[in-house]
Amino acid sequence: MTWEYVLKGIEGAFEMIASLDVEVADIALRSIKVSGIATLMAAIIGIPTGVALGISTFRGRNVLRSFFNGMLGTPTVVMGLILYLILAPAGPLGSLKLLYTEMGISFGQMLLILPIVVSFTASSIESVEREIRELALTLGASRAEATLKVIREASAGVLLAVIAAFNRAIAELGIALMVGGNIFVRGGALNTRVLTTSIQMYVARGDIDIAIALGMILLGIVFVITTVSNFLQSRWVLK
Amino acid sequence: MGVEMIRLVGITKRYGETEALRDVSLEIKKGDVFAIIGSSGAGKTTLLRIISMLETDYSGEYYLNDIDVRKNQEDLRKCITMVFQKPVMFNASVFDNVAYGLRIRGLSSQEVESRVNSVLELVGLYELRKKNAKKLSGGEQQRVALARALVLETEVLVLDEPTANLDAGNVQMIEAIIKEITDDGVTVIMATHNLFQAKRLANMVAYLNSGELVEVGSVKQIFESPEKEMTKRFIMGETYF
Amino acid sequence: MKRVLVAILLIVFVISIAWVLQVQHQNQTRVLTISTTTSLYDTGLLEEAIAPAFKEKYGIELHFIPKGTGAAIQDAKNGASDAIMVHARSKEVKFMEEGYGVNRKIFAYNFFVIVGPPEDPAEIKGLSPVEALKKIAEAGRSGKAIWVSRDDGSGTNTKEKALWKMAGFDYAEIKEENWFRRTGTGMGATLNYANNVGGYTLSDTGTYLKFRKDGLISLEALVDKGEELINIYAIIIVNPEKFQKDFEGAILLAKWLTSREGQKIIGQFGVDQYDKPLFFPIVSVLEKKEEPIYDWILRYGLIEDGDKLTECPQRYRYQSSLTFFEVNQT
Repeated sequence: MTWEYVLKGIEGAFEMIASLDVEVADIALRSIKVSGIATLMAAIIGIPTGVALGISTFRGRNVLRSFFNGMLGTPTVVMGLILYLILAPAGPLGSLKLLYTEMGISFGQMLLILPIVVSFTASSIESVEREIRELALTLGASRAEATLKVIREASAGVLLAVIAAFNRAIAELGIALMVGGNIFVRGGALNTRVLTTSIQMYVARGDIDIAIALGMILLGIVFVITTVSNFLQSRWVLK
Repeated sequence: MGVEMIRLVGITKRYGETEALRDVSLEIKKGDVFAIIGSSGAGKTTLLRIISMLETDYSGEYYLNDIDVRKNQEDLRKCITMVFQKPVMFNASVFDNVAYGLRIRGLSSQEVESRVNSVLELVGLYELRKKNAKKLSGGEQQRVALARALVLETEVLVLDEPTANLDAGNVQMIEAIIKEITDDGVTVIMATHNLFQAKRLANMVAYLNSGELVEVGSVKQIFESPEKEMTKRFIMGETYF
Repeated sequence: MKRVLVAILLIVFVISIAWVLQVQHQNQTRVLTISTTTSLYDTGLLEEAIAPAFKEKYGIELHFIPKGTGAAIQDAKNGASDAIMVHARSKEVKFMEEGYGVNRKIFAYNFFVIVGPPEDPAEIKGLSPVEALKKIAEAGRSGKAIWVSRDDGSGTNTKEKALWKMAGFDYAEIKEENWFRRTGTGMGATLNYANNVGGYTLSDTGTYLKFRKDGLISLEALVDKGEELINIYAIIIVNPEKFQKDFEGAILLAKWLTSREGQKIIGQFGVDQYDKPLFFPIVSVLEKKEEPIYDWILRYGLIEDGDKLTECPQRYRYQSSLTFFEVNQT
């Protein structure tokens, strides 16, 4: 493959983005929606869990911490396979009808990124915990108020956890493919095609320029989200 | 003056096998400036933390104004505040750091503003009030910590080595502030390894060695005519160097 | 504290709305989930031609899950699809034997093609498929040629194995020899690999023509004639006794695919782009007994049922209004 070819692909990509291809917009928005919901679900479950883990001192705590840390590197294709087997109509959760649906992908991605949220949150809390908690107590806070202060102090780290989780979700392929199925029907309301699955499909078909365009959009989304979060973090800190 | 405020009876604190404090009993009167001296590892910080209600796992009794502290912790915590040896700053402005305790107590924002500002003036940090506290120098942070404690106007103020690691200029400034508030009648309990500082600021002194209270008495007594041989050696050794 | 509670409620709200909307859509739309092969899907026939036409006629949305023949069959066994569209007769028979599939209908055919480097070191151009493979093996063993196999259980791979068998080789054995490369992946990637190493491979016409037209490969179609290369596509419906799926809808699809309208759409697909159709409608061949294709379909597309050859053996037919082509064995 010569450089000209790659450049031609990138050129085609810009054209596609500039012309606001409806199909491309649909896929991009779906990626954000699906992974966004997955992130929200992971946040609701993971942040309290991470906080509890970061604060606690019970005996099995380190084992639990190691468990979540270990889950950080789960290969998405393995998770995708396991989820497929669980969510298929013949499987234990088949009656939920989540296979080949957006919520199914969200659910699967949520499981994937939960360890990220829990681990990062617990780490931020741990690095903040003891002295801040005691400081709050000695300034007259009740136990609950002190815990809240600890969480507030760690909030920059928690935000980072959530952003990292979203980026991992939107960029993964294994789960979106196996659980989602890359379905696309023009004008349909049950489509499951997202950026990663369509990139994979176009590459397999040899439509490299479309694949590059989609890849650039994906990178663009990740970049924008990360930049916005950095900005928010710095605003936070100065306050 | 002269009213008993804090009474510790037979305080023993263990960390695993070691005893950080063994059978410590003392009384601190209202308005005292009570210095606790001893070499590092003697148990000064542990004692201060117990007094400040940050440690709860110990044996012995602790009464504050005749109330059993162990049974009334949540309520009594607001009566006493501690400034740590190494200042801990909230990730917020100097103003917000100092205001935290007042806001917790539910004061109106006007009251908070006026009290915080006047304390900031007292410690000379009014100009820096909007700056993020984490970006300040060590000496400035220690002043923030002090202001944070002072603004609460608690009955008791506990200071753990308030001027360790500070340069001479800052030491002077902080000692001046401590002198001012003690003149106003606040009860201060401070740990210090600096015997000169203890002599300058305190009226009562307790000497701790390896977790045991060796001797307690007035400044004059301890420094000029100590009873125990150990106390004498400590005073001499320290002042010699 | 209050702000946190509000935030949590908001998040739960958003998630619930998304779920509810999805369930609503699921209930409102009639959907058929069809697991199928990548070669059918990647040409665009399913998504661009069949799905829109079917939806317009019956209002049923077709969700195609392209996975490869083996995986498509797995999907059906897991209850994930209403029907499968595949092209590997031996696997189809097994699928029905195991009780999962009923009412098989063949609806289209095309040909596989053996492609290779323009220099053609093994000199197979114009030969019959079996002869070509023999020469490739020979050339391979003397280090002059490379064969690339998908080795992924797909319909194409199944045909490839059958061809090797006809040429007298045991696939399981020769695939270990060093001139025999395996990609374990789809047709496109396999063609790219063959192109890069200058090797020979078996491909379906659709993918090959597309890649060739887009200038991605310079491989040439060296062997494209021969009955053994015929590639017959079938739709098999999931047995309603195994899973509660949309049996009626799937029957509708099978009927429509083999109707005049469906067959016409299949025959027209790709003509504008590639100057030749990518798929050939099968029904008219069966009706008019057009030789030699008719003969080949009988041999490679129908299944033995006692003394007859048929699209779908009696015992795998399930009550429906479908008719099945059958003919006496001669």
